Amino acid sequence: MSANPDMISPIKLHKELARLWDTPPGWGRFSAVNHTVLGKRFIIAAFVFFSIGGVLAMLIRAQLATSGSAFVGPEIYGQIFTMHGSIMMFLFAIPMFEGFAIYLLPKLLGARDMAFPRLTAFGFWCYIFGGSILIVAMLAGVAPDGGWFMYTPLNSGVYSPGINADVWLLGITFVEISALSAAVEIIVSVLKLRAPGMSIDRMPIMAWYLLITAFMMLFGFPPLILGSVLLELERAFDLPFFDPTRGGDSLLWQHLFWLFGHPEVYIIFLPAAGAISMMIPTFARHELVGYRTIIVAVIAVAFLSFGLWVHHMFTVGIPHLALSFFSAASGLVAIPTAIQIFAWIATIAHGRPRFDVPMLYLGGFFVVFIIGGLTGVMLAMVPFNFQAHDTHFVVAHMHYVLVGGFVFPMLAAAYYWLPHFTGRTSDHRLSVPAFWMIFGGFNLTFFLMHLTGLLGMPRRVETYPMEAKWDWLNLVSSIGGFIMAIGFALFVLDIVVQARFGMPARRNPWQARTLEWATATPPTSYGFASLPLIEDRADRLDPEKLGPALARGDGYLGFTRNGWMETLGVDMVTARPTEVVVLPRSTFLPLWTALAIGSFVLCLLFKFYWLSLLPVAVVVVLFLMWAAATGNREDTPPLDIGHGQSAEVHWQVERPPSWWAMTFTLAADGVVVTSLIFSALFLRVVAPDWPPATAAAAPTAALALAVIASIAAAAAGRFGVGRLKAGASPIAAQAACLLLHVVALAALAAGLAGIDDATRHAQAAMLAAVLGLAALHVAIGIIFAGFGLWRAANGYVSPRRSLDLRIGGLWHDATAVIVLVCVVSGVLLALAAGGEVW
Amino acid sequence: MPGARRAAALAVSLLFAGCAGDHSTLDPAGPSARAVATLWWIMLGGSAVIFAATTAALVLAWTRPRIFGGDPSRPLVLWGGLILPSVILVALVFAAFALGERMIGRSGSTDLLRIEAEGRRWQWEFRYPGAGGLATIDTLHVPAGREIEFSVTSTDVIHSFWVPRLGGKIDAIPGHRNTIRLLADTPGRYGGVCAEFCGTGHTVMRFEVIAHAAEDYDAVLARLAAGEAPEEMPGDRP
Repeated sequence: MSANPDMISPIKLHKELARLWDTPPGWGRFSAVNHTVLGKRFIIAAFVFFSIGGVLAMLIRAQLATSGSAFVGPEIYGQIFTMHGSIMMFLFAIPMFEGFAIYLLPKLLGARDMAFPRLTAFGFWCYIFGGSILIVAMLAGVAPDGGWFMYTPLNSGVYSPGINADVWLLGITFVEISALSAAVEIIVSVLKLRAPGMSIDRMPIMAWYLLITAFMMLFGFPPLILGSVLLELERAFDLPFFDPTRGGDSLLWQHLFWLFGHPEVYIIFLPAAGAISMMIPTFARHELVGYRTIIVAVIAVAFLSFGLWVHHMFTVGIPHLALSFFSAASGLVAIPTAIQIFAWIATIAHGRPRFDVPMLYLGGFFVVFIIGGLTGVMLAMVPFNFQAHDTHFVVAHMHYVLVGGFVFPMLAAAYYWLPHFTGRTSDHRLSVPAFWMIFGGFNLTFFLMHLTGLLGMPRRVETYPMEAKWDWLNLVSSIGGFIMAIGFALFVLDIVVQARFGMPARRNPWQARTLEWATATPPTSYGFASLPLIEDRADRLDPEKLGPALARGDGYLGFTRNGWMETLGVDMVTARPTEVVVLPRSTFLPLWTALAIGSFVLCLLFKFYWLSLLPVAVVVVLFLMWAAATGNREDTPPLDIGHGQSAEVHWQVERPPSWWAMTFTLAADGVVVTSLIFSALFLRVVAPDWPPATAAAAPTAALALAVIASIAAAAAGRFGVGRLKAGASPIAAQAACLLLHVVALAALAAGLAGIDDATRHAQAAMLAAVLGLAALHVAIGIIFAGFGLWRAANGYVSPRRSLDLRIGGLWHDATAVIVLVCVVSGVLLALAAGGEVW
Repeated sequence: MPGARRAAALAVSLLFAGCAGDHSTLDPAGPSARAVATLWWIMLGGSAVIFAATTAALVLAWTRPRIFGGDPSRPLVLWGGLILPSVILVALVFAAFALGERMIGRSGSTDLLRIEAEGRRWQWEFRYPGAGGLATIDTLHVPAGREIEFSVTSTDVIHSFWVPRLGGKIDAIPGHRNTIRLLADTPGRYGGVCAEFCGTGHTVMRFEVIAHAAEDYDAVLARLAAGEAPEEMPGDRP
């Protein structure tokens, strides 16, 4: 590597970088956007929620310890088990993995931060506020109580009239904003913000796992978000999407939920598997066996996981032959999982294994997860599922899979990366007894619970008669549960003691060969003082040598300029440096935006629907302020990046991270639209009471106008970009784009006004939903067009700085397609129900 | 140590007492439940073998890696990860499909009795077509030795109809009518529960199946329709 041209000392370089990248002290901490800071906050918050969920689990075990228990009644018990499941799934597992990903990913990839630091912070605040709404509701005694998968009609307005179900639907959807933003951010960061030379086939295996997981989130979460929105619309405005007496169907909810819910299991498992694939090579002292095979296996898992959601619904009355396909697919997913397990075993066999605390916890993982996988194959068999479904057998299976597949690997990861977080070494006095209490307590709780289920104990009963003879099994489970809880308490104590009093560690204490160990430990805010050039696979590096060289500034960008926080963007496949990505400084905007969304959620929760428009307006303004904070009024010449190379600043290249972020967001958006249209079709085919007695009609003329106007708006947007690139003014074209969107919105509003009563039947409600979704896209298109107009009028665009208009253009194009698809579906929905089309 | 032996004996007796419970799928009283119980014991045995083999592979990889030859990835990843699981899964999926067809599909029985089961919060109503509009609440009367097709629905939220000792469960979904076929081998009483969480009364939404001798069944229904209690119940405790 060439020497740092200015030959400033590493200390001076550190000070200059730290001045730019460090989070301000005091109240300024709330403005943090740094991935190291936020990764830690995510992890700590997730662990706090895990503890709350764990206390709820203890209450469950206290209640079930003996027959005829009168510890809590059914009303409270419903809240306890619903909150236990919801917290562990949505407030612990997903955010915990997000925290790990946010903390580690840039360090693994050789970047200084994630692609969208403000989005990281925004996701964090959405998570905290959404989670807090649930916890506060629980303390107020109005927590959700209809089960964590919120089946309808039990959770519809008729049977759950209180605020409880709204808390779940609104609170969890709020939290899911952070999941979706993390998904987009992880995908773009992995694809664009890698060290030069780290081509896609040299990425550390964890980056592959996280990339694939993030894609699964991008496609898995939209059906759940859509389902939650539809159910909340039903509860708030009586639109009968799930009401079987008015053409809705409770099974629609189950399909939407499990279409998310099954991939969710793998979304939780795969990041943990990625961590395992990082740790085992280190302790086996041999590189991962079957790097490419594992990648193929993980991609196979990702695809299969979207094709087996029906195995949660084997008893709803679907024909047996159809069930058998899902049964076979569910069994099939065991194969890529087995390939990963045996690749890990082969890595150990190839190497010279060395034992340490993380390996102890990974031993626990192997035992628990394999048992969970085997019972999973059992449950995938339709006849057995008919007996075991909805019993404690399923409860046991699911805990073996999730605790085995996520909690044990994460505990191992905690011990493995703790020296990185704290710069201190492990002290094994408490970690070993903690392991044996967690492992022993876990198996005591859940192993015999399989039998409890087979002896006929259903899920979610708050008590059981003594004659059922389930007493001793439940008592054993309860004792095991408390032992496990003590084990977790020891774990917390151990972590605190190590973080506080551990011996300072040298760099890379495990002799790992991946890039995260080339940072200082604990890491600096900017991670790398200069960015490495990677010339081999990223799990064959030498952090001991690389670290000091990078700290000296020997790599790329080993300097500061313009007060900019810079990192490198690369070509997705070859990792040739393509642009200098200028990242935003600490800002309170993410906090304010999340607060505004939080007020919106509270308005909906307390049914102040008109008032809720106010926070929506604030959110729009705040997002415009995000967008306005970047960019430049002058063209920037190519920038020196070190090594005698130069690159454009990111807003002057064709496809910078933000362009890709919009593309992937639109992919998730496409899943929402597709899911809604699938839902309409599903109701038409499956729901009772179709066609409706009086069908809602679709005004074809107005809807045709909407389609034409939104296609014309997209064309105007494209024309504007063309004009700009040719050196002419795009203002007229942008204005036309804006006006055409307004026309389209008016036409869609006319179409919506034509539905006289959307509460009468699901056909009318679906028509309203389809047209409403189209209108929402057009309305956002107006904002994009207006923003483009403002940027053009104020000199932020030039032939080389067309990004603002091109990102808007992506939205306009997508909106044209979505309006067309929604209008065609709406017209078909009217026709198929025998409604008029005029 | 006699104490330890006594504790072990107690544990074993408790285990078997558990297996004989009124809701135990492992104490089948009809062909469906029996087939699933058999499937379970086979899968349990197979799983134990697979678990032992995988754990052994892990331990050997750690302690005696040379046992797998010069390139351990071939026997482990190819055989352990791909070939063996594929063979086992294909066999299992087909066997389970055949079993499921026998359970749910057409059994060939022409002597099918129909009973309607309707769940509502929080009780079960059973109706017996052809028995003079007879309906019973939370008690289901069936003839032993005869296959019955239950037509299951709900008037409010989703419930699930389950008699563990006779066979699998089927959801009672408002707006839908699902069917399940069950047969009780011998006269007796069998416990039934709602298996799908349906609100605060979910726990108490239990019912009892009384299987009568087939020759007495019509008389029992007639007496019930006339508002009398059936004189003698099978399994009545003295």
